[in-house]
Amino acid sequence: MELLWDGYIEPLVWIVAKILAIVVPLLVAVAYLTYAERKVIGAIQLRKGPNVVGPFGLLQPLADGLKLFLKETIIPTSANKGVFIIAPMLTFILAIIAWAVIPFDEGMVLADLNVGILYLFAISSLGVYGIVMAGWASNSKYAFLGALRSGAQMVSYEISIGLIIISVLLTTGSLNLSDIVRGQIGGVWEWNFVYHFPMFIVFIVSILAETNRAPFDLPEAEAELVSGYNVDYSAMTFALFFLGEYANMILMSGLCAVLFLGGWTAPLPFLDFIPGAIWFILKICFVLFIFLWVRATFPRYRYDQLMRLGWKIFLPLSFAWVMLVATFLVVFDKVPA
Amino acid sequence: MQELLSEYLPILVFIGIAVGLSAVIIIASLVLAKQAPDVEKLSAYECGFAPFEDARIKFDVRFYLVAILFIIFDLEVAFLFPWAVTLGDIGTFGFVSMVIFLAVLTVGFIYEWKKGALEWE
Repeated sequence: MELLWDGYIEPLVWIVAKILAIVVPLLVAVAYLTYAERKVIGAIQLRKGPNVVGPFGLLQPLADGLKLFLKETIIPTSANKGVFIIAPMLTFILAIIAWAVIPFDEGMVLADLNVGILYLFAISSLGVYGIVMAGWASNSKYAFLGALRSGAQMVSYEISIGLIIISVLLTTGSLNLSDIVRGQIGGVWEWNFVYHFPMFIVFIVSILAETNRAPFDLPEAEAELVSGYNVDYSAMTFALFFLGEYANMILMSGLCAVLFLGGWTAPLPFLDFIPGAIWFILKICFVLFIFLWVRATFPRYRYDQLMRLGWKIFLPLSFAWVMLVATFLVVFDKVPA
Repeated sequence: MQELLSEYLPILVFIGIAVGLSAVIIIASLVLAKQAPDVEKLSAYECGFAPFEDARIKFDVRFYLVAILFIIFDLEVAFLFPWAVTLGDIGTFGFVSMVIFLAVLTVGFIYEWKKGALEWE
């Protein structure tokens, strides 16, 4: 009995506790990201945003969630029912399990894999399945076209994201996310965005496209596709897509913070007394604010422009940058051991 | 081996919890919310009239091309991952071999560009 508790149950309880410590704040963050989005865009357009439910409208996301929860779940008769239900589940599952390898602070990570970034890349690549499955299973033309567009868009920008990650890896020499952050300790001038500045910009634009956000929100172009791949979803099946999409936004912001903005490290060395997790969250908020700011500022792209940007500009650019960085490191013998 | 397993165990548990959570969310809503389906409500969405054909229509071949190109370039990225972290050990030889491989790929990329595989007008 003693052996069973110490050997198996206790570690398992710890793991579950840690997972809950990630998932619960993440879901709250998603809820309040939708609130922040409406408030920020409201402020940019000189409106108030939600301000009726609770003080400053702070209970608005809860009210929205509850409303969705009490709606009727509609499964169209012409749909493939199994796939129809699995698709939103898959999107949601992938969006939250990717957080297993994100380091919030030194040692504050659920699974400190030595191939962390590869895991993250793999999980975020799988995200396209949820959308394609949804579009296919709905058996509705809008959903089908939306899923096709969305799938093509996500895979196109994934390549440039992969190449950008590789140029960061070249200067870090490790696939472990904590090691990538440790390589940037020492203040803002040590952060990767200083050395990889053009790629930092390309990365920000690519994650906007990867998460189907404005100005690249063509999959859900209201005027032509009504809502894209999720047009036939309702109630909690829709909510899971919504949660997954926003959790993905936060995840990509976190990845951006780890790769380019020094993860948990303080921008100036004397600010080290503030816990790393707070710096990390601040950096995520900064990138998320860019997401919202861009949405409120730019008009939507056309699909041919989107594909041209991905394949003819970002792909050659990030590819050239990988070669440039590798050549520089080899010629000047600066490859990290 | 033991250490390797203990590194990946949290991820396995995480997947289990995520699957459970998403299933609970959907099932709870199905059970608690009032369900009143009817034929019209359950037909696929189609701006005001009944859908008269299957939605799985022929689609533009360019989506297919994008998928093919994606496979090639994503594999290239997958090749680059181990190369990028071991560049210090494999030295100039490893660097030059990868440059040759990438040069071949670049020729292919220029070819498909000139062929118009990347055009969406």
